[in-house]
Amino acid sequence: MTGFLTVPARIAVGLAVALAVVGCGGDDEPAGDASPGALSGDLTVFAAASLTEAFTQIGEEFGAANPGVAVTFNFAGSSTLAQQINEGAPADVFASANPANMQTVTDAGNAAGEPTTFARNQLVIAVAAGNPLGITGLADLADPDVKVALCAEQVPCGAAAQTALAAAGVELTPVTLEQDVRAALSKLTLGEVDAALVYRTDVAAVGSAVAGIDFPEAASAVNDYPIVVLADAPNPQAAAAFVAYVLASAGQAVLAQAGFQTL
Amino acid sequence: MTARRRPGSRAPLLLVVPAIAGLALLVLPLAGLLIRTPWSSLPQRLTAPGILDALRLSLLAATAATLLCLLLGVPLAWLLARARFPGRRVVRAMVTVPLVLPPVVGGVALLLVFGRRGIVGSWLAATFGITLPFTTAGVILAEAFVAMPFLVIAVEGALRGADPRYEEAAATLGASRWTSFRRVTLPLVAPGIAAGAVLCWARALGEFGATITFAGNFPGRTQTMPLAVYLALETDLEAAIVLSLILLVVSVTILASLRDRWLNSP
Amino acid sequence: MTAGAEALAAHLIVDRGRFRLDLELAVAAGEVVALLGPNGAGKTTAVRALAGLIPLTAGQIRLAGETVDHPARRIWVPPERRPIGMVFQDYLLFPHLTALENVAFGPRCHGASRARARAVAADWLARVGLAEHARRKPRQLSGGQAQRVALARALAVDPHLLLLDEPLAALDARARLDTRAELHRHLTEHPGATLLVTHDPLDALVLADRLVIIEDGRIVQEGDAATVTAQPRTDYVARLVGLNLYRGHADGHTVTITGSGAAGRLSLTVAEPARGEVFVAFPPAAVALHPSRPAGSPRNTWQATITGIQPHGDNLRVQLAGPVVTAADVTPAAAAQLRLTTGARVWVAVKAAETRAYPAGGEPLETR
Repeated sequence: MTGFLTVPARIAVGLAVALAVVGCGGDDEPAGDASPGALSGDLTVFAAASLTEAFTQIGEEFGAANPGVAVTFNFAGSSTLAQQINEGAPADVFASANPANMQTVTDAGNAAGEPTTFARNQLVIAVAAGNPLGITGLADLADPDVKVALCAEQVPCGAAAQTALAAAGVELTPVTLEQDVRAALSKLTLGEVDAALVYRTDVAAVGSAVAGIDFPEAASAVNDYPIVVLADAPNPQAAAAFVAYVLASAGQAVLAQAGFQTL
Repeated sequence: MTARRRPGSRAPLLLVVPAIAGLALLVLPLAGLLIRTPWSSLPQRLTAPGILDALRLSLLAATAATLLCLLLGVPLAWLLARARFPGRRVVRAMVTVPLVLPPVVGGVALLLVFGRRGIVGSWLAATFGITLPFTTAGVILAEAFVAMPFLVIAVEGALRGADPRYEEAAATLGASRWTSFRRVTLPLVAPGIAAGAVLCWARALGEFGATITFAGNFPGRTQTMPLAVYLALETDLEAAIVLSLILLVVSVTILASLRDRWLNSP
Repeated sequence: MTAGAEALAAHLIVDRGRFRLDLELAVAAGEVVALLGPNGAGKTTAVRALAGLIPLTAGQIRLAGETVDHPARRIWVPPERRPIGMVFQDYLLFPHLTALENVAFGPRCHGASRARARAVAADWLARVGLAEHARRKPRQLSGGQAQRVALARALAVDPHLLLLDEPLAALDARARLDTRAELHRHLTEHPGATLLVTHDPLDALVLADRLVIIEDGRIVQEGDAATVTAQPRTDYVARLVGLNLYRGHADGHTVTITGSGAAGRLSLTVAEPARGEVFVAFPPAAVALHPSRPAGSPRNTWQATITGIQPHGDNLRVQLAGPVVTAADVTPAAAAQLRLTTGARVWVAVKAAETRAYPAGGEPLETR
């Protein structure tokens, strides 16, 4: 779906349309604003599931700073979100859990500008609180008595896990390959598995029920999280402001607190 | 009298129009699938590894789940249709619980009971060394859980429709209650049971949420076709479409080959 | 079974809401008893109780010397263990089995091997003349054929008591004629006892050795066919056998009819002298109609109004209202000549010689 306008031209056209709509008067316009400097309208952000807690908080802070904007989130698997965007779902911002899914969107021409990496996520070994089995590293997971849940290779967390395992030279047979990282973690919290390879942010989100164990090979499989304003964004002004907020110190602080590695 | 209708005239318009709309609702998504199928790359996609495994597992698990449902569901349906006991209506309502429960919730509930720390699961593991999560047996259990209501409700309906006087006639000829059930009632409701079993099988085949939550996902052991499709969607929409198509073709072929007369009353 | 020994001795008491069945029945081996009565009399209830499909409220049932139902002593034998065979009104042949398999069903349930059961079934089907229909399914059989299969099926288990619930009711007139004759042959050959429920008096007359008439859950008359038809004791039976029946007080040859209509008491002269409470009966054919009071011998005359005229065989049956309700049979020629129409007033005459009077008694008597 590549248009004939260049990307900057699209932004210009979008803004022009927004302003033109505003110029028709009325106080219930969903996009754009009459008074300069104050954002308003709805803002729809599609974000990877692992960003749920962090972005929700960022959304609250952003909304407090810009009272005219109503922020709505759609948290789901990055590939699902990418597909929805490519099929025409209305969204302003896309934050993906890995570059590959962002590529799908940019290749389809649905991104307004170049994506920016705003955070990184690293794998940890999640175990039950108190580490009852005394796991110290990836090698311990290869023990046949230890039940391990991994993410399926097709999801970012799974691909990262495979890279880390290869780097460590560990042959691991999991009992299940989950379709998203939260599902893998829930198998752990339900007590069905002894360990799961998930992101540090997921462990932080769950809290005291699980403990996270760092391992050296995780550094070789860090996931970059890119973010971009979308081409057909209904509210491109607010979208750009949101992205800027995420990249600024306020947003980065929230992300760091959630367990992400910041820039 | 002006006769504007010929004998054997068609159905009333008031019925035909909504019927066509209903058919469209069911068929158009399938048409969408067919339109987006990558016909050109179909041959090499069909031979991709793992497809046969997932298909075989799906068919095996659905059939096994249906057999389990028949074994447990037919007596349950008989109880609901014929026996009189207090709380019968409550029991019937409980039978429909898997229908309204979101399948993932059903999977979680199954884990809480049959999982490693579950009430029954821990006992099974301690006494027999049997674990159900992450096994093919777990897949069968999860599918049976969601599909059983279809069978029970269909069979209960068939039993209610069966004439109890045949059982009286059998009794006067010397048949015990069990013989009467086996040789008279069952054959008479067999078409109803078959129809219920078909529904049950189809539902089990398409089950996703309870399966992936309870049995997880592992190729060759617990990765059924619906799971394979969902995972393929992550990276390759067209692969997912191909998998869906395969599942559709196989199940429609099986269902269409069922003789009409097996499913209708004598 | 020894012929003459009592196959069935029962005192049936069944309470169903406001209806109470209370009757004593005894049937000997080899005997055929017909249970007659109007709708709602309790015939089907009686048969179902005997079969064990409904339990008794009180009383008892003894079949072939064994007690199968005795509520007071908490004895209850389910239908499958009673030595009975039953033919239902709509036959209830198992639709998914062939005629042969239907008949073989009973013997199989009683422990016969598959081969033996089929042999017995084939033998019975031959006996009822349906050998070549053995492989047919019930829906491929005509009504008369289905009835015969149902009979064979019930007889194949060699029952001590054969129960027939309106066995010919579902057949058309022609089939009924043929089947009745055949049924008579089989019932005569059957060594066990037979209880036949019917509303058709012709069935009873042809097939039964003894009639038991019940109304409202109680026996009102019992006896062999000849006696019952000659001396009916209730309106129902009288209507059944087609007689005019009245109750009255006899003093020699004169009987004063009780409860006559508003026109006053009616006295009839009867052929045989009698004393006390009596029934008086005479057939419609014995009633003559005259335009004016007849002279001459008939001493039983009264005036009546025609309330209805229907065809009856070759003649016309005329319903008359007067001191008593009467039915008269007249030829169409006579009716035309007399200009009989509804509402017309005529004179009724009955010859004393054609009347019959017999003791009424307090309760209906068993006349044997």
